[in-house]
Parts: sequence; C-alpha cells; structure tokens
Amino acid sequence: MTAFRLPDGGRIDRSQKLRFHFDGRPLEGYQGDTLASALLANDVFLVGRSFKYHRPRGVMSAGAEETNALVAVGEGGRLDTNSRATMVELYDGLVAQSLNRWPSLGFDVSAINGWLAPFLVAGFYYKTFMWPRRLWQSLYEPAIRRDLLVVGGGRSGLREALAAARTGARVVLCDEQSESPATTSTELSALPNAVVLARTTVFGYYDDNFLCAVESDARRQRRLWHFRAKRVVLATGAHERPLVFGGNDRPGVMLASAVDTYLRRYAVAPGKRVVVFTNNDGGHQRAKTFRELGIEVAAVIDSREGPVITRTLGGRRVEAVEVGGARIACDLVAMAGGWSPVVHLYSQAQGKLRWDEKKLCFVPDTCRQRVRVVGRANGEFPDHGIEPLWEVNADKAFVDFQSDVVARDVHLAAQEGFASVEHFKRYTTTGMSTDQGKTSNINALAILAGATGRSIAETGTTTFRPPYTPVAYGVLAGRDLGDFLEPIRVTPIHDWHAAHGAVFENVGQWKRPWYYGPQMHAAVQREAKAARTALGVLDASTLGKIDIQGRDAGRFLDRVYTGTFSNLAVGKARYGLMCREDGMIFDDGVTTRLAENHFHMTTTTGGAARVLDWLEEYLQTEWPELEVYCTTVTEQWATVAVAGPKARELMAEIAPGLEDLAFMTYREGRVAGLDARVFRISFTGELSYEINVPGDQGLALWQAVIDAGTKHGIAPYGTETMHLLRAEKGFIIVGQETDGTVTPYDLGLDWAVAKQKDFVGRRSLTRPDTRRADRKQLVGLLPADPREVLPEGAQLTEVDVALPRGHGSRPVPMVGHVTSSYMSPNLGRSFALALVRSGRSRIGTELYVPLEGRAAKVRLAAPVFIK
Amino acid sequence: MLLIRCPWCGPRDETEFRCGGEAHVARPPDPQALDDAAWAEYVFIRSNPKGWFRERWVHAAGCRRWFNAERHTVTHEIRRTYSKE
Repeated sequence: MTAFRLPDGGRIDRSQKLRFHFDGRPLEGYQGDTLASALLANDVFLVGRSFKYHRPRGVMSAGAEETNALVAVGEGGRLDTNSRATMVELYDGLVAQSLNRWPSLGFDVSAINGWLAPFLVAGFYYKTFMWPRRLWQSLYEPAIRRDLLVVGGGRSGLREALAAARTGARVVLCDEQSESPATTSTELSALPNAVVLARTTVFGYYDDNFLCAVESDARRQRRLWHFRAKRVVLATGAHERPLVFGGNDRPGVMLASAVDTYLRRYAVAPGKRVVVFTNNDGGHQRAKTFRELGIEVAAVIDSREGPVITRTLGGRRVEAVEVGGARIACDLVAMAGGWSPVVHLYSQAQGKLRWDEKKLCFVPDTCRQRVRVVGRANGEFPDHGIEPLWEVNADKAFVDFQSDVVARDVHLAAQEGFASVEHFKRYTTTGMSTDQGKTSNINALAILAGATGRSIAETGTTTFRPPYTPVAYGVLAGRDLGDFLEPIRVTPIHDWHAAHGAVFENVGQWKRPWYYGPQMHAAVQREAKAARTALGVLDASTLGKIDIQGRDAGRFLDRVYTGTFSNLAVGKARYGLMCREDGMIFDDGVTTRLAENHFHMTTTTGGAARVLDWLEEYLQTEWPELEVYCTTVTEQWATVAVAGPKARELMAEIAPGLEDLAFMTYREGRVAGLDARVFRISFTGELSYEINVPGDQGLALWQAVIDAGTKHGIAPYGTETMHLLRAEKGFIIVGQETDGTVTPYDLGLDWAVAKQKDFVGRRSLTRPDTRRADRKQLVGLLPADPREVLPEGAQLTEVDVALPRGHGSRPVPMVGHVTSSYMSPNLGRSFALALVRSGRSRIGTELYVPLEGRAAKVRLAAPVFIK
Repeated sequence: MLLIRCPWCGPRDETEFRCGGEAHVARPPDPQALDDAAWAEYVFIRSNPKGWFRERWVHAAGCRRWFNAERHTVTHEIRRTYSKE
C-alpha cells in the first residue's frame, strides 16, 4: 500500500460512502471523489494501457488534460467509452472498465508490442492503422443568446462574470468541474441575470461567437448547449506540462499540480515518498506543500541546478529514479515542467498566439472575434525563473503518452524531413489522440524546433480544432433519431393505405404506398394487371404542385421549360421538361393553364421543393422584371389518379359530364359530391383521370372511388406498379432514367424541346459534348431469358463476361447501365430500360449484363413496350 | 456557425440560409450569340479567391429572398450584405 486516503481534510464528504466497480473489482470511495481519486485512494495505480505499445499507464493529471486514465463508464447501451477517469464524478453503483487491454490490465498480451518498439517508429499508424470505432449515446439541445459567456469558473472567470452581471448584463458562466469558485459564489447565484452551469465543458468556439457546450449531471446524463454570445471571456486556466525523460510514463509519475489537487481536494496521497522534478521555482513551492501535508519529499531535482532524472525504475509502479548515476528510491514522481495556457478555444476562434520567451508558453495575441482572455489562460502567472528543459536524452522518453510518441520519434521525423509542424503531427500522430495533445503539443514542437534548428515561434503550433474534449455522438444527435430524424409526410389517405396492407416506401420525406402486400411480386402483378385490363387507383397526392400566377406567367414558363407554354389554350395541359443551364434534365411534370394568367404546375414528388426554389431564384435574380408569383400547393390538394379501361364508366357514375374530358385537358366540376379539379392526363398510358380535391377531402374522394370501382374490379396500386406501368410505355422518371448527366435528346424527348425560343439550358444542348453521337441514349432491353429481371444499376458490356471476382480481372469496357427493370404481367415477360452508348443505333443488336458467375444476354429494343 | 444579416430579417443563424455561389454573374441576355467557350465560361467557371468575395445567399428557411454578401473566405467575416448593388 503506497497510495492512501489522508485521515482528514479534502473537500469530500466522508459520511457518504459510494460503492463502485473497476474492471469487475468492488471498491469504495466518497461523495466528492472522481473515479481517479477514488482509484488512487484504493491504491489502484495501473488504470490503462497505452495504445501502441500497451505500456502500463497510471493517472497523470487531475483534470481535462488527462492522457492516460481512459475508461469506459456504464454498461450495455449506456456504455460511455474514452472517458477520462479524472473527470468522471464518482456515484454509487458506478461501473467502469479500463481500455486498451486484453485479456486483463495486469496481464496484457499486446504488451509484446513494447519489445517490438524499435519497429513501431514514427509514422507507424500513419502507414498502417485506422482508428478503432467507439460507441456513444445522448440527450437534447437548448440554444441561448446572451450578452456575455464566461468560460471557466476560477477566480478570474468569476470576477468577470460578477462585473458584467452587476451592470445588468445577461451572463452565462460555464465550468467543466463539479465545483469551482463560481459555483460556490453566493453573490453570483443571487443575481437573476446570471446563470452558472457546472459540469459544463465548452468544447467548440465557432464563427461569430457561436459556442457549443456539453452539460452533464453527476450521473453523466448530458445535454448540448448552443450559445450565441455578444462577448466571450475565456478564463480557461493553464495546464502543467510533463517533463520528457526516460520512463516518464510509468505509473506513479504525475504532474506536480495533480499531486497537489489529490492531496488537498480529495485528501488522497498518491504516494508516500515523492521526488519532484522541475525546471522552475514552482517545483520547489510544490515540494514545500507536500511536506506540509505529511508527504516525504526524497529530493527536488531542478534542471537549473544540477543533474536531471534520466530514467525511472520499477515495474508497473515507479520504485526509484536515476539521477546522475545515483538512484533515489521513491513511489511518486511529481513533474513541474512549466505551464501552458489553455488557448484551445481562443485558437478555435481564429485567435493568433504569441510565444512568450520568458514564461515559455504560447499566449493569446489578437483575435477578430469579440473575445477576451483573462487570468492564467492569458499567461497571467509568474515565470518562476523557468529555463527550457524540453527533453532528457534517454530511451522511452514519452512526449505524447496516449499516442506513444517518444522524443526519438520527433527527431526521426525531423530527420526524415517533416519540418512543417502540421506534417510532423500527422506523421507521428502527436496530439492526435483523444486528449488532442493537451500535455504533449508544446513539448513536441519545442523538440521539433530544436531538431530543425528553429525557434519555437518560427516552428509554430498546429491548428486547434473542436472539440476541446471528446463529445459523445449521442449528445450531438440528441433526439434526432429514428422517427425524429426527419419530418415524416403522409397524405390524407395514408390511414386507409395502412389499414389495407400497404407497404410504404420513402420518397423524399413522403411515405407512399409501395405495393399492397403482403407479397411484393404477387401484389405488383395483380395491381398492374388490374390497371391495364380494368381499373386501378393511385394516391398521387405527393406530386409536387405549384400555383403560378401573374401577368408574365406564360413568358416565365417558356423560359424555365424546354417546351412552349405561352401558347397553351386555357383548360389545356402540356408535359414539360426542365433543364439546368448545363442542359441536363432536372425535373419534369405536366402544367395546365387554368386561366390566362394562372397555371397549375406539377413536379416530381421528390423535386417539388427544389423546383420551387429554382423558380424563385430565377424570378428574383435574373428576371425581376417579370410579374409572376409561385406558391406551393402540394398539400392543399389531394390527388387521386384513376386509370384503366373502366375509368370512363367510373367517372360517368361519380362525376357525370366529366367523363368525356379530352386527353390533356382540364375542367372543374363535382366528383362524388366534392368540388374538384379533374385533369385528363396519364402516367400509365391508360385512360386516366387525375382528380384533385382540397386536401381534407382526399380520403372521402378515395373512398367514393373505391366504392364505385368495386364492381369494376378496382385495385389500388402503389409506386412499384406505377413505375412498371409507365416503363411499359417508355415514360421516364427523373432520378431513375436521369442522373444529372442526361439531356432531353439522350432520352429521345426531342419533341418536348422547342426550337425557336430561349430557355434555361438551351445553349448547352449545342455544346460539343452534348452533340456527341456516342452519348448514352435511352433504349429498351429484352432479356434473352424472359424470366430474367435484371438488377437496376447493372452494367452492359459487348462481351460475354461474368462480374469480376477479386483482383486481377481484365477490365471490360462498359457501354451502358440498366435504369429500370421489371417483370411485366401485361407483356408476360421481363423488360428493362437502359442508357447505352450510341444506344439508338444499336437497337436490334445484343449486349450482355455481367452477373455473378455468368452474363445475361439482352436484345436492345425501342423503349416502348406497349403501344 | 456564421451569423448572417438578412437585409429583410436581420441577423440569423447560418443554418437558415443557403449559399448560391459567386454573385454578379449575370445570365447572358442572348445565350445563342455566345460561342462555346464564352458560354462554358458563364455556366461552369467561377472565381475562388483567398480574401474578400461577393457571393449570393438566400434566406431559405426565412423570407426566401436572395441577397448578396461580401465574405472573407479566410476569416469568414461578412462585412456587408446587400440586396441591390
């Protein structure tokens, strides 16, 4: 027993014993302990293994900068990995495990890496490994706007918060610890305009004083905060630096400030006989404190006065140090290597840093954002006569403990030419572990500076990036999971579909009936047959609908559609294609002229928002002189499409007088007693009516159609059947037959492109690339085996080859790909649509579709299967 | 996250906006009169300076209106937003 609980003192509550488990071992601590302090009080020193060499590691710090004591807290779905034991508050029943050890911490098989160390030099990970995947979890996120955000609840932070709050400013102060001068300030807590958040780590400082923080309760339930502050004060303090000497990673080697914290805050002595190693007066002050608290100080080794510690001795625990050939027995080494202001947030805010030659640290210099740095974070501490001791020339002198980077790796990287600090970092992985180099970066770049013959200021720092400490993904995701990930849009007829066995598919945010189950193939064959031979009905309410009005509506449509709409007669409808300026198809739909200056535009289901944005963009930015108003009315109208040879009979019954509507015309009237807009348009190629009624009457219309259609053998059909029916007719679907690289000509839609007017994308259709004869063109495919349903997305080749297996296969030119593929009950066979290089000129020839172990032979045909 | 001053709605979070790329690239009044190179220049080529840059933004989750901003591509500072030059 070398580490122990002091008989009295500390800010722990000895009346409240807490039980916890570490690596399955039952232990006890007190209210007010951290996991680290409780482990030390139980003389548990070995708390982890290093990542690369699996060297035994112990607690090094008492705060957020901890590099060694990484643990997983909790169990099962609430397992929280990569927690720093120094920041985990102890609670009754806490369960924690050490990381990076197998099969146990005491006996670690991978420690053999330590013997292989000469081969695991700088750049090893860069060349070989990927990061291990971790598991995380969650809560929710408030947002708050404040006059002043103070980060850090120490004396400086409290002073700033009080000064501002007394003037009436709305102030928030965040501190990562459970207790701080700010949390105990009665004056601050009495001010209603001040909020103090304990256990709250501000982890990111972004543009325009936007900051993010994670607040935790004592049991690690967390939530995310967003702040937009008028002003920010950073009072984030400073971290003590370790010294770089042989075996400085052995358990029992700690930061002097941490030893002090364990003694005074937690009443835990991490050892009985300490050697202090320092390069400044601060180490001597610590030694004095340690003696006062009853800890024997075996020696203070000051690099300014004489020989230094070259290495530590011991096994899983330090037993002695070697100084100038002599051994000094000890069970604790306290390192006081000077201080580094915590400038992470300042640097994230794009603040510039300046090297202070006297205090040997980077301090804040200038920043564009409205931020001030105060206290130790601003370098406001005495220099203590510090003199550089960046490394002791020795083996196993660790710079970055968590990444297992030793001083010799830094020299090797410099020799290999990694002089730029950013390259050096990535090559050696210095500062790239979960601690982001809080205790290692300055030592590393000082050694690099020495090795490359430059000053530290010239060498510079790497970029500090969020997060300051690891943030569980679950905290960021919050409740945006599952059903809350994205809005779910359903039509007014949704419940009917669900009650009638519909299986839904996601189309953008919409839930659309895919087929009416239970079995897909049978359902689609039945639905498709009904629509071709009798009557089918589709819920087309999700179709994008845009109401377009204004004096110049017709001229406007001429510019955004490839076809002409200004000459469309009132009451008539026309199919239109939209291209981007590069000539590639971007959406399509049917637009109807309701009145002289009033059009009803339809878009694809997924493209509705995109199209509206695009129309607005052109109206506002290119043609502000046009008087046109675009309004989304997608959800104002429910759309029921009835299709099939019996459709006219049905309409005669439920909408007398409307059944004789001519193809591609429109009329208002009453359908099943409801005010409706009826369009005689067809996406199936069958006799078809699209009936629109106000959204809240959609279900009534649907039910009326089903009731009246039953005697005709009506079948509701889903999107799969809709796709099949339109493909039989060779009608394209934007996003299926197009992918942003397809022009109207590629699809053979020349008839939809006006020759005598300008429209968006027109000029691009005569660019050399869009004029090429060997572009991919739309064709039909008939598999040689009529039962063969080709996979959509499959490639087409001119040679009979199977899909390659593994490496070394000879590349085969691919001449096209399958865009849509179905088994048609109406054709009695399978068929597909495809985009094929020079496809139209290949019609009648054969190609191959490479599949697993074989190729399917297909004959190219015109892309219309049912005339 | 940027704080962007919409000329109509005032300062709002960046997530309410969408960036539309370089500003002041007018659509040619008669595209057919342009040769292939000039048309390609309009459709495909945009500048990408290190420093001040005038770009288009739309307040997509707000008033849905387009405006221009002068933004520094290194510091992200937006020194001006305006609706008309």
